[in-house]
Amino acid sequence: MQFDSISDFLEMGGYGFYVWLSYGVSALLLIILVIASNNQHKVVIERILARQKREKRLRLAAEQQNQQQVQNTSSVNQSEDEIKNINDSNEVSS
Amino acid sequence: MWKWLHPYANPEVSFHFTGKLMPWFSVLAAIFLSVGLVWALVFAPADYQQGESFRIFYIHVPAAMFSMSIYFAMAIAAFCSLVWQLKLSDAAASAMAPVGATFTAIALITGAAWGKPMWGTWWIWDARLTSELILLFLYLGVMALHNAFEDKNVAGKAAGILTLVGSINLPIIKYSVEWWNTLHQGATVSKLGKPSMTAEMFWPFLICFLGFAFLISTIICIRFRTELLSRNSMRPWVKKLLLSPEKLVPSSLSGDK
Repeated sequence: MQFDSISDFLEMGGYGFYVWLSYGVSALLLIILVIASNNQHKVVIERILARQKREKRLRLAAEQQNQQQVQNTSSVNQSEDEIKNINDSNEVSS
Repeated sequence: MWKWLHPYANPEVSFHFTGKLMPWFSVLAAIFLSVGLVWALVFAPADYQQGESFRIFYIHVPAAMFSMSIYFAMAIAAFCSLVWQLKLSDAAASAMAPVGATFTAIALITGAAWGKPMWGTWWIWDARLTSELILLFLYLGVMALHNAFEDKNVAGKAAGILTLVGSINLPIIKYSVEWWNTLHQGATVSKLGKPSMTAEMFWPFLICFLGFAFLISTIICIRFRTELLSRNSMRPWVKKLLLSPEKLVPSSLSGDK
């Protein structure tokens, strides 16, 4: 132990400001670097996941559209049939 | 002879390999840095000339040494990527640049804070300080080039050429204290033969040095894995990996500095 008391330790033999400035700035920069690196890792993962979700949604939407088109064409056929039926019945009643 | 290395050129293998190393690196970094820094701040003796201000040494010298060795590693990666078109080494070089820049900045700032009480000035345009400042600008330039292009292969090539051209700066930094008259003192630790310091100062220095080495390895592993994911985001292995997120997080960085 090189220091007798806490205040002695903080004073650093008159060089306290320079020593603590060095240690403080270094710690700050390193903490920022670690946090930024971790954040970037998470952001990249989220971005890839978001794109995958979007692709999945687009694929689902495309499939739904296809199905609807098939249904629409069949329903159009149905309505044509109905009109024909109504016309037929009209002809009969007249 | 080098065949055992080949699987590591596969991004998926590298991703899992660095994932396994990372927790060990971060734990070792936490242990060595806490022991080393407490030893340096509290138990190491004061210098007979510089007094307690000598404690800046335990951050300043490792940071300066790593600012150069990270650049050296980045230059090797850039060379491999330019000559053998290894995409992984591009990712590695781009992961190393911000870490190197941070340590260069730490070396410069702690140097200024040490220079003020010892030399009476924060900054002086002498050979060692100026060449170290140029190193910082080289790092910033490499980082800017890596981010300047949408196509990562073009970015890697441009940044790689700058890295290789800039590596001429490394011997200039190293020998600046011998080639020119400078305020900066000569080498203390990396002298061939015996380091010119007592064991009481050398041991805490060595432990701090190793602690910074493990911290650097941890951060480079994180950044390297980020680069691998973003560069391979369309590959099946990344898609499969993201389906089971627990595999993605090999460690928590808790307790790290």
